[in-house]
Amino acid sequence: MAQLTLLQAVNDALKTEMKKDDRVVIFGEDVGYVGGVFRATEGLQKEFGESRCFDTPLCESGIIGAAIGMSLYGLRPIAEIQFLDFIYPAFDQIISEAAKMRYRSGGQFTCPMVIRTPYGGGIKGGHYHSQSTEAFFAHTPGLKVVIPSNPYDAKGLLISAIRDPDPVMFLEPKRLYRSLKGEVPEGDYTVPIGKAHSVCEGTDVTLFCYGAMVPVCTEAAKKANGQGTSCEVVDLRTITPLDMEAILAAAQKTGRVVIVHEAVKTAGFGAEISALISEKAMEYMKAPILRVAGFDTPFPYTLEHVYMPDSVRVLRAIEKVMKY
Amino acid sequence: MTVEMVQILKPDGSLVNSKIEPKISEADLKKMYRVMVLTRFLDERGLTLQRQGRIGFYVTSTGQEAIVGSALPLQKEDWIFPAYREHAVGLFRGFPLKVFIGQLFGNSEDLNKGRQMPNHFAYAPIHYVSISSPIATQVAQAAGAAIASKIRKDSAIAITYCGDGGTSEGEFHAGMNFAGAFKAPCVFFCSNNQYAISVPVEKQTAQPVIAEKAKAYGFPGIRVDGNDVLAVYQVVKEAVTRAREGQGPTLIEAFTFRMGAHSSSDDPTRYCPKSKLEEWSQKDPIKRFKTYLISKKLWSEAEDTKLIEQVKQEISDTVTEVMKGTPPSLSSMFEEVYQEMPLNLQWQKEELLEEARAKGEFLDSSEAFPL
Repeated sequence: MAQLTLLQAVNDALKTEMKKDDRVVIFGEDVGYVGGVFRATEGLQKEFGESRCFDTPLCESGIIGAAIGMSLYGLRPIAEIQFLDFIYPAFDQIISEAAKMRYRSGGQFTCPMVIRTPYGGGIKGGHYHSQSTEAFFAHTPGLKVVIPSNPYDAKGLLISAIRDPDPVMFLEPKRLYRSLKGEVPEGDYTVPIGKAHSVCEGTDVTLFCYGAMVPVCTEAAKKANGQGTSCEVVDLRTITPLDMEAILAAAQKTGRVVIVHEAVKTAGFGAEISALISEKAMEYMKAPILRVAGFDTPFPYTLEHVYMPDSVRVLRAIEKVMKY
Repeated sequence: MTVEMVQILKPDGSLVNSKIEPKISEADLKKMYRVMVLTRFLDERGLTLQRQGRIGFYVTSTGQEAIVGSALPLQKEDWIFPAYREHAVGLFRGFPLKVFIGQLFGNSEDLNKGRQMPNHFAYAPIHYVSISSPIATQVAQAAGAAIASKIRKDSAIAITYCGDGGTSEGEFHAGMNFAGAFKAPCVFFCSNNQYAISVPVEKQTAQPVIAEKAKAYGFPGIRVDGNDVLAVYQVVKEAVTRAREGQGPTLIEAFTFRMGAHSSSDDPTRYCPKSKLEEWSQKDPIKRFKTYLISKKLWSEAEDTKLIEQVKQEISDTVTEVMKGTPPSLSSMFEEVYQEMPLNLQWQKEELLEEARAKGEFLDSSEAFPL
């Protein structure tokens, strides 16, 4: 099996599906000729031609609006938005159109499409190349929100997303694009959307996380283990639809929960997980449910390393729930 | 339906026609030239600082310095809504070099307090509005400022800048349409440098002359040689006069070329033919202007050498001074989210300060910034 980076795994998934299904097209700003600013679509135009992988004008509302039109027509479009932070001109198209098309037409029209976009901090990108605003999309019925944390999942989840009958926001943690490698099978395989994955088993504290926070939590779990605390790390992989059964089972197992995301704390997705556990498994809890998250400020430039949750901050939370 | 391109200086620095030579004082001519040279060397130093890892990112405006011509017709009360290659406009209008370099370092010398990436300047004393990365957002805002000036019966006009890529965004349409509908005192300056990162302008729009787009909004569109500082000055002066006299907006397309990369993270050799770079280096705006100044006996090679030394020294001294700055404080991260800090931020700030002592090492980024 090949050792690939997350970025190579994304490229591999796109290639695999483009080979298999000639309805799959991919486009966006700088996506065609140079293969994307991160090179996620490198080589695709050369292999599949300009009608399958192409550059668009610099206009996010146009990119998503066009993708909706293509999906209605019968293609399987994959729209790349260069950074999640640049998606807002297309917000109307995503929230009012793609997300509601099936519902508002009584199932007559659907938008099977993928919006791929790098998200999150850790590359010194300042306000506009760093934010984690997955909660905006998770708050919109009709969208699926998928966030891989490793190369294997990235490929398998992206293939599932392309085949999914509904619009999928596929958020790629850019901090992990090249920072880790993992085994990725050649050719076709899928990882199901809507299924969480236990990265490591534990008995004292359960850590819920996704994207670039998975390696942070794994590191914190190792440190905690050194102090005699056994942590379970659950990678959600999809935040809508949420794997509620897996979350409740993992929360009940330890009775102590820490939720970690780099997004702003207030109204972040962690609040949803916390509420779910409070509603369905309160009687199992031995300590308050804690969140380790980004602060309620715009994403800073110089102080990025302070803003982003790290294993030390996660470890403090683990200690807190253990001491309670 | 072709719009002619306004040119005053030929690429070799001679006048196209002496009758159209604008009347600019010697002091202003020399000031524009100085800012162009300063900008060029600032770019050189900025890229070096980025490569040395002293700053995280840099955007050059090399080859586009003639944009300084658009700064001279502006008055103190006017508003500037920049994109990110208008270094020369800011420096000409009074953006202090120390503020410019301080922003690159994002330390205690940065007026933006280390909150934005390098090259995202803001300087209120000259109404140089804060730059953001999303494209063309400033175009609609400039229309708003111009409408405000009209409502208040002020004499201020607004000028906004964007690139050829920016013309594809919805806000370009929105801003042009608002300004036209309100007959607002606004000048839209589009630097058509022929590339939006890797995407050539032919793929951006089927209209080969961006100035033509003004027709759809009911006001004039002018195409100018963007490497000819005198022509840029002349067309902007006319547009600013029209705006100030209540005749409404103008779109100016400055046809130019990005001689460098999109940013310190980009490699244009992947998509831009070398021949194009060679062709455009023959049209260098600084060389062209210098030849003109020498032919007018306003400048000499000896003065030029001296200026370059001076400018390099000034940059060097300022960098040294700025580098003495310290990182922003942890608590500064929570300030100015609102005028008054709400309770959630107060709590988070206290928690962070408490934990600061126990915190681990600096987490470095895993890769260079890609854009």
